[in-house]
Amino acid sequence: MIGRHARASWAIAWRQLYKMLTNPAFLLPSMLMPIFFFTAFAGGLVAVADSPGFDYPSYTTFQYVFVLMQSAVFGGVFAGFSIAADFESGFARRMMLATRGRSALVIGYTLAALARASIVWVVVTMVALIAGAEVTGNGLDILGTLSVAIFTNIAALLFACGVAMRMRTMQASPLIQLPAFLLIFTAPVYVPRELLEGWVAVVADFNPLTAVLEAAREWVIGGSAEAGLAFGAAIGLAVVMAAWAMTGLRRAERAT
Amino acid sequence: MPQAAVRTGTLVQVGHLARRSIIRTARQPAVVVTSMVFPLFLLAINSSGLEAATNLPGFPTEKYLTFALGLTFMQGALFATMGAGQSIAEDIERGFFNRLQLTPLHGPALIAGQLAGTLLLGVLQGVVFLTVGLAFGADFEAGPAGVLVMFALAMLISVAFGSLGMTVGLRTGNGEKVQGVFPLMFVLLFLSSGALPRNLLERDWFHAIATVNPVSYIIEAYRSLLIAGWDAEALALGFGLGLAILAIGLFAATAALRTRMERT
Repeated sequence: MIGRHARASWAIAWRQLYKMLTNPAFLLPSMLMPIFFFTAFAGGLVAVADSPGFDYPSYTTFQYVFVLMQSAVFGGVFAGFSIAADFESGFARRMMLATRGRSALVIGYTLAALARASIVWVVVTMVALIAGAEVTGNGLDILGTLSVAIFTNIAALLFACGVAMRMRTMQASPLIQLPAFLLIFTAPVYVPRELLEGWVAVVADFNPLTAVLEAAREWVIGGSAEAGLAFGAAIGLAVVMAAWAMTGLRRAERAT
Repeated sequence: MPQAAVRTGTLVQVGHLARRSIIRTARQPAVVVTSMVFPLFLLAINSSGLEAATNLPGFPTEKYLTFALGLTFMQGALFATMGAGQSIAEDIERGFFNRLQLTPLHGPALIAGQLAGTLLLGVLQGVVFLTVGLAFGADFEAGPAGVLVMFALAMLISVAFGSLGMTVGLRTGNGEKVQGVFPLMFVLLFLSSGALPRNLLERDWFHAIATVNPVSYIIEAYRSLLIAGWDAEALALGFGLGLAILAIGLFAATAALRTRMERT
């Protein structure tokens, strides 16, 4: 039973990966977007690091970590678009008829989103290192950074999955994209939290991505971070979104 | 046919198509709202997130909101670009363009008429962006006359970039392909002096790109009215580049229209 479930999950993941790797139009946007943001922010806003109170050693590294987390979130978002497209084309309905344990669909899509994000992380890291990002953390620090990025990616995919399975149309795209965009940009994107002013400063205090971003920024330079808070935020978000995705799946089951 | 009659006929055609374009824009609240919400959202994020940049020596104003408002106008114009391209692509996809070709319609009338909706969107965006900006405390040094100049610039830039979007729509005849060009427009926006003034762009390569990017000068023209008051050089560059982009856009759209008419 478990073997059959795992095979179904793998089949769904492999289909997504095959689609992505054989058609650049599916992979390129999710890869180009973080690189573009990295170029624009690390290149154009470097003077912001001269602001009084900015105490992070390198603005390029500061933005590299942001872009890493952004690609974690958008890896899930873009995978969500594929789920919506599968439902709109009727393919997801056929998959549901063919699969007994339908949670395999969610697991399959999650694996594919993780693979997509991993490819983007490798490329983004290479670009950042060439651009002068300084990664001085030890193995455990890097493992911590990657772990929170993985949980963030899973949470984003599960959120997108929940929306896509409820709406089952590509018109769900803005509803998937906008909250993700809000989550990312109400975290400390350009400057550390202490330098934020106005409403973003208030929202950033309650944004779970703030803890993830702050911890990862510390780990990457070998600093000390609030690991419990970062993991708690990332895993907590993933657990809440798992419930959201599973209830979405139940709705899709009832509708098909 | 006498020249005057042809001119009158063309003007009537422009009137009909402009009316259709304006009604169409007004009936697409999703397009209108999206083209305003996204730039305002970015304004809200940046004015709060980058307020610390105003402490940098050489930063031209004490409020990042005032500084960022120029970028918001430019971003709105880029949304108008997509709207214009999308409209003509939809007309081609739905066969409306083919039906138009069966009528004695003049090419310039089609282009001018279609751009009327873009112009309307530009005006609406200008009103909303400026009202929101001023309501949240942005400065406007140029005074009431400056507001008129700001609107004139916003209309020119919307139509200029709209003509570029129209060219893409006519060349591709496909709404999805028009959407695909959207990220390229954002490259122009982000690799400019939109987030920081050019004197504070420390990376040489970024400074070089921002200096040759016409979008930098258009943003700086908007910004001059907000921060400096009346800066003749900045305004001349903004209006000059706007007119140049409009001339290129109209030439390219006319050529694309001719090719499209031969094809159908």
